[in-house]
Amino acid sequence: MITLTVNGVRRTFDGDPTMPLLWYLRDDLALTGAKYGCGVAQCGSCTVHVGGQPTRACQLPMADLQDATVTTIEGLHPTGEHPLQVAWREIDVPQCGFCQPGQIMQAAGLLQNTPQPTDQQIDAAMNGNLCRCGTYPRIRAAIKAAAERSS
Amino acid sequence: MSANEFLPWVRRAAAPSARAGMPAPVAATDANTDSPHGLQRRTFIQLLGIGGLVIAFGPGGARRLDAAEPMPATAANPWSPHVYVRVDDDGTVTIICHRSEMGQGIRTTMPMIIADEMEADWARCRVEQAVGDPRYGSQNTDGSTSIRDFLHKYREAGATTRALLEAAAASQWNVAVAEVFARQHEVVHRPTARTKPFGELVATARTIAMPAAASVRIKRPDERRWQGKTMPSIDLVPMTTGTAVYGADVTLPGMKVAAIARPPVWGGKVVSVDDGEARKVPGVERIVRIPETPIPGAFFPLGGVAVIAKNTWAALRGRDALKITWDAGPNGTHGSKSYRSTLEASVRAPGKPGRTNGDAAAALAAAARKVSAEYHVPYLSHAQMEPLAAVARVQDGKVEAWAPTQSPNDARNTIAEYLKVDAANVTVHVTLLGGAFGRKSKPDFICEAAFLAREIGAPVRVQWSREDDMRHSYYHAVAAHRLEAALDAAGKVTAWLHRSAYPSISATFAPNVAGPTPDELTNGASDVPWDVPNMSVEACPAVAHARIGWYRSVNAIHHGFAIGSFVDELARAAGTDPAAFLLDLIGPDRKVDLSKAGLVGPGETYYGAPWGDHPLDTARARRVVESVKQRSGWSTPLPRGRGRGIAVHRSFLSYVAMVVEVEVNPDGTVLVPRATVAVDAGFVANPDRARSQMEGALIMAMSNTLHSGITFAEGRVEQSNYGDYRVARMRASPHVVDVHIIESEALPGGIGEPGVPPAGAAIANAIFAATGVRVRELPVGRQLDGWETKVAAG
Repeated sequence: MITLTVNGVRRTFDGDPTMPLLWYLRDDLALTGAKYGCGVAQCGSCTVHVGGQPTRACQLPMADLQDATVTTIEGLHPTGEHPLQVAWREIDVPQCGFCQPGQIMQAAGLLQNTPQPTDQQIDAAMNGNLCRCGTYPRIRAAIKAAAERSS
Repeated sequence: MSANEFLPWVRRAAAPSARAGMPAPVAATDANTDSPHGLQRRTFIQLLGIGGLVIAFGPGGARRLDAAEPMPATAANPWSPHVYVRVDDDGTVTIICHRSEMGQGIRTTMPMIIADEMEADWARCRVEQAVGDPRYGSQNTDGSTSIRDFLHKYREAGATTRALLEAAAASQWNVAVAEVFARQHEVVHRPTARTKPFGELVATARTIAMPAAASVRIKRPDERRWQGKTMPSIDLVPMTTGTAVYGADVTLPGMKVAAIARPPVWGGKVVSVDDGEARKVPGVERIVRIPETPIPGAFFPLGGVAVIAKNTWAALRGRDALKITWDAGPNGTHGSKSYRSTLEASVRAPGKPGRTNGDAAAALAAAARKVSAEYHVPYLSHAQMEPLAAVARVQDGKVEAWAPTQSPNDARNTIAEYLKVDAANVTVHVTLLGGAFGRKSKPDFICEAAFLAREIGAPVRVQWSREDDMRHSYYHAVAAHRLEAALDAAGKVTAWLHRSAYPSISATFAPNVAGPTPDELTNGASDVPWDVPNMSVEACPAVAHARIGWYRSVNAIHHGFAIGSFVDELARAAGTDPAAFLLDLIGPDRKVDLSKAGLVGPGETYYGAPWGDHPLDTARARRVVESVKQRSGWSTPLPRGRGRGIAVHRSFLSYVAMVVEVEVNPDGTVLVPRATVAVDAGFVANPDRARSQMEGALIMAMSNTLHSGITFAEGRVEQSNYGDYRVARMRASPHVVDVHIIESEALPGGIGEPGVPPAGAAIANAIFAATGVRVRELPVGRQLDGWETKVAAG
């Protein structure tokens, strides 16, 4: 039996301990904001925060999550108005939108540690998050806009 | 069904059925030139109708509206003045989006055109996603057709509704209809300034005869509120809060999850299955065989062995534990290395004519100076971020499917054919598409879900892994191109010979198709805007050994790369600035009816449009080139290792030019710091979405050109995931993409696709400018490793 906290709610899990966190969130908790994109931590679509740090949920087995604190895009801000979410909407970043929860969670981790990132810091932090629609320039702009707003 | 019916640019969109009825007087409206307001996207009600699961999105996120919490009250029989429009008695306007949203913004752009024309208040409109139904006209969201085929229909839908509401108000007030006009969800009586909200007019409007389409007055440009201006996407809140619903996000009560082992070679079969280990995986419930479809299999599933489980992880683990012996079938010897030689040999001999002007062979033979080059582009897989997934339920002889499909009607008809049921008993709901790029116009994955749901008697989600998606795609065709040109003493091109060989998309739908049809050459090869007296564009044989399908921009990708690169090579050979050379090659302004210009065309239409509607207008090609030349600072020098490339391409009836600047590091890494784009797509309804499509097209072209390639060995795809099928990432992506949209009232062209073809060539030309290395084979990959030393060594 594994006990963990997801978006502030205590949960227990007694299924297959090899199951990655991603499928627990999606199939068991119906938190579908984290996406399956590659299953091998190559794309970042599944990014959530574990212990406050951006983490690829597709590669993290449930066995490793005893007492963990998990935050998903659904729990990032109570009304969806995290400065990044606001900036994303102002700049109309998403095209298909599929990778964007992972992008936002990755960016939120960046801003926690580096509130005023340079372009190079943004690129370094975001390089593991793929977007096939090609929203990278707008993602960069939105992260800067959110950082400015928070300063 | 002829194979050509599957070519997107020859698929003529069926118009929604015309409405019968007597013409009604239609009032002239006042100019409504208020600045756009009411763009309260936070209050915009969005309903993604996905069958029994209607999900409402508001500022607070999403909530499921199930049986215990019924949908907000609506009139039992809502007024539907048009197939795309409903108006409830409380005035709520529902716009039915019949096209699929995959990032191009159609769920915003289509409704904004209709709402604008009907003078609806945007905050009181909601968008409902249509199920697959022929009454909506073509729903096949490909070929960059949504606006170019439907702009007028959308305007007509809004204007018709507006006319009926105005007529209703005039009738209620007993005044002449010429005295009233609609303005933001109400009708105003001009002489008295009385107003009536739309909701109060619905009952009367129902009784008024439909005006004839021809009598409906579309707004003048100066009357438009939103068309041609930027409108934020309606799905921004769900997309940024994780509540947007894509294919794998649909859940039905009692739903199982399936993962499938498919034949690794196109046309292969299962010989034997050992499922002992798979059955031991916790959560695995059943193993089901899916019959293999003989090739060419069109839209049908490949077949294989399905593992049915209680959750996704169990299904994937169980599938991976299957031990299957395969019979590879006739394509088991297909290998990319030898196939490349086959294609190269093919383009070294004359092919079938796609366009003939003058006598290119004679002009080349007589020329003082000839230039020739060959180009090779590999197979590509769409690698859209959302791997394929579909949900289906079969109950009481009725099939219901939920899927991220570009073409719900094709899905519906294919399911009906595959399961041998009447299409009337098949409903296909469309979720958001997590990227598509052509892959999701093929409903093989939805048929799998429908088949399995029937087999197991329970709802099922078929989940493709990334590896499945990579290895069982409908691939963008591998291609070889050979170009030859004659230059006269002044450096002017006097002959142009272009031969291409690539497996045809038609080969996925019909047997014995060997190579591109001349029709396929009209996608940006035989319709080039060059001023060259002797021209021969030829299609050379190529037999298909893999499923070939549409991929964003289709053959225009390799046509654009080869042509745009060759023009740059010619400019260098002539010792002329490439931009100046390009303008000279386009030549004097002229409008060419391509159907009368020696081109072998696809019959009545071209890109699905009548030939006469879209002559090749070289002035438009010239203007976009001049625009990027001027805006990019084309002539300012750059240090070694940095360079600019230029290209122009016309595809999907739009003209796009790009100047791309690259920075090539000593280790061969290519960065694209900035790009300048000019696009003439006729009237552009939602400029910011057009801009974002150009940004995305450039970055997709970075992937196509620099990184991505599918190769086969023994009939099997060698790549599996983003580690070995690389795509562009943030670090290399542009910091500035300056997109200039030419303002125009011309008939709309495409937006989603035409940006990709010139971008590939512009990148390759920029690499040449930066390094002196000419890229003739894609992807660039590691070709530039240590380029400084290699180039210095000659």
